[in-house]
Amino acid sequence: MYTYDEFDHALVRERTEQFRDQVKRRLSGELTEDAFKPLRLMNGLYLQLHAYMLRVAIPYGTFSSNQLRQLAMIARKYDRGYGHFTTRQNIQFNWPKLSDVPDILDDLAAVEMHAIQTSGNCIRNVTADQFAGVIADEVDDSRVWAEIVRQWSTFHPEFAYLPRKFKFAFSASEHDRAAVRFHDIGVIAKRNTEGDLGFQIMVGGGLGRTPMIAKTIRRFLPAQHLLSYIEAILRVYNLIGRRDNKYKARIKILVHELGIDELSGLVEAEWERIRESDLKLPDSEIQRIRDQFAAPEYEDLNDDDPAFAAHRFEDRDFARWVSTNVAPHRQAGYAIATISLKPEGGVPGDVTADQMDVLAGLGDQYSLGELRATHEQNIVLPNVKQTDLYDLWLALKAENLGTANLGLVSDIIVCPGMDYCGLATARSIPVAQRVSRRFADLDRQLDIGEMKLKISGCINACGHHHIGHIGILGVDRKGEEFYQITLGGSAGEDATVGSIIGPALPSDEVVDGFETLIGTYLDLREEGERFLDTYRRVGLAPFKAALYQEKLHVAA
Amino acid sequence: MSLLKSGKLVDDPWTHWPDDQAEPPEGPVIVTLKRWREEKPRLLARGTPLGLKLSSEQTPGEIHEDLHHFDVIALEFPVFTDGRSYSNARRLRQRYGYEGEVRAVGEVLRDQYLAFARCGFDALEVSDDETEKGYQAAMSAISTPFQPALDQAPTAMSLRQRRMQG
Repeated sequence: MYTYDEFDHALVRERTEQFRDQVKRRLSGELTEDAFKPLRLMNGLYLQLHAYMLRVAIPYGTFSSNQLRQLAMIARKYDRGYGHFTTRQNIQFNWPKLSDVPDILDDLAAVEMHAIQTSGNCIRNVTADQFAGVIADEVDDSRVWAEIVRQWSTFHPEFAYLPRKFKFAFSASEHDRAAVRFHDIGVIAKRNTEGDLGFQIMVGGGLGRTPMIAKTIRRFLPAQHLLSYIEAILRVYNLIGRRDNKYKARIKILVHELGIDELSGLVEAEWERIRESDLKLPDSEIQRIRDQFAAPEYEDLNDDDPAFAAHRFEDRDFARWVSTNVAPHRQAGYAIATISLKPEGGVPGDVTADQMDVLAGLGDQYSLGELRATHEQNIVLPNVKQTDLYDLWLALKAENLGTANLGLVSDIIVCPGMDYCGLATARSIPVAQRVSRRFADLDRQLDIGEMKLKISGCINACGHHHIGHIGILGVDRKGEEFYQITLGGSAGEDATVGSIIGPALPSDEVVDGFETLIGTYLDLREEGERFLDTYRRVGLAPFKAALYQEKLHVAA
Repeated sequence: MSLLKSGKLVDDPWTHWPDDQAEPPEGPVIVTLKRWREEKPRLLARGTPLGLKLSSEQTPGEIHEDLHHFDVIALEFPVFTDGRSYSNARRLRQRYGYEGEVRAVGEVLRDQYLAFARCGFDALEVSDDETEKGYQAAMSAISTPFQPALDQAPTAMSLRQRRMQG
């Protein structure tokens, strides 16, 4: 894992002092709320419906047991005993007092954490494949590059007041686990035919009210030019991105209006002038960062541990958890365990302080002290010995963290919605809870197979509804909550924006409607098909007919 | 308005000449791009130093062939959240090699001083209650930058590399 040196420590401490001064000026009235707002937003502090919300960065989703214990302490001391993992590998605290925030930042700084650039119209926390460094199918460890970009983007003097927020995501695999195609810039590590490392750079992806899939602006950028190239993109965007309408200010709109070829021309012209500048990465610096992510000291083990096999044979629930929540590790004898934060009827992504302490302990005991947060709002223990999986699972089960539903119906992405958020037009969490209870039977979920259900409480799409196999969007109709359903979205390498199926359903019909769609799929599916495969084969029509005919039937 | 030039409060020798004022103020004047385009011969004939103000919508690229006429380029921040002039300042210095004064005007706030300096500004029009001490405090808010810019301050990366080699 990346460890701070004196420069990183100084940076976060200085930032805390700067913010302490800004808060003091706000509390004394020297700063108006209007003047304070962009300053606090630059530091992850939002004003929500009921209280301030502090968003803490977990760069590329990697954190340690010690850091998680500190988050638990913060949840207890300054909040209401819980935190919420977001779709961008951050954690949010929902109830801090403004006057406490500088102290919280001090406590974060003590464990090499911060809230820098987790909001505001700047370069946000960089995200990456949650399996980086431990999965076999990657060409490089994308955390190395995410860290290099994190450092470059931190207090970048030119890009603090962009037209709109700007999000990076990194992957190094054909298999996209980080939704890179729905970020302002998606970076995918590749090797060319000579074996040199470089990046496919994609630009202009995003969700919100205008969902768009990123377009490739460069097929292969040699690795040492990463910073100069993205600085060129950011400079062009800062200058010509739209500022007249906040809903048209993301770079996706620029890509759409200008066309990728014209934008590429402007970027390349800028890049030509700066590519040989100090932004060019020396090999020694790349290596220095790479060393920070060196593989831990693994034991020399074999796959197919007999005890592991015996436990799976003897305990069906354990076998099921392994089949859904455990992924193969690049190191023989090890496994990647994903811990579902989606228990039956729970709030997706919420973790209590006690659970954080348990997870931190399990991270120490079974995962070499390391954890990951995923954009799907779950937690990963990336370095678990196969022989330890059974004990880990027993410990998780005891804390209501052992749900075997990864990638299934109840593994729902959901935004905070109107329970917290000032932008929301409907509640989203209760819908997720109702679906989760309706589909509580895990055998039934396994039979349905892979299902990415994503729920947003407003058109800003924080719950990624556009890219759910089934997406649900909450809307307000004259004070009543309605839910619009989309089908066929995908966040992965087969990136697709879902299609709206028809008129929105009232709140009390949305779970029935969802169940009808699942039933229609089960009737139509052919051998081995996931929901998404069946939908792609048969199209929207049969689902639409089933959903609305059923409605007619109910009305009659 | 006060002028902070390289961190010192100084008397501003320059006067802005707004478009709605027909006759020029005395001495060195800063004109808009519109006036420059419409009255270039008259302005040059005055024989007094000239400065140019660009709004955040305008870019140095539009005027780069004329830059040598100006001792000051004033870049505007109509609101402090409009960040275009940071990139315009960098382009002025980096792409067009402009070596005169680059001045930030408009909503110029203390929390942005460091960013101004790092993007190539060397003069700031600030409110009358600003002090040199306030400027120094803002400039020392972050001691080591994490990306190269135009201020020549050694970056964390360069210091780490130096240490590794040394």
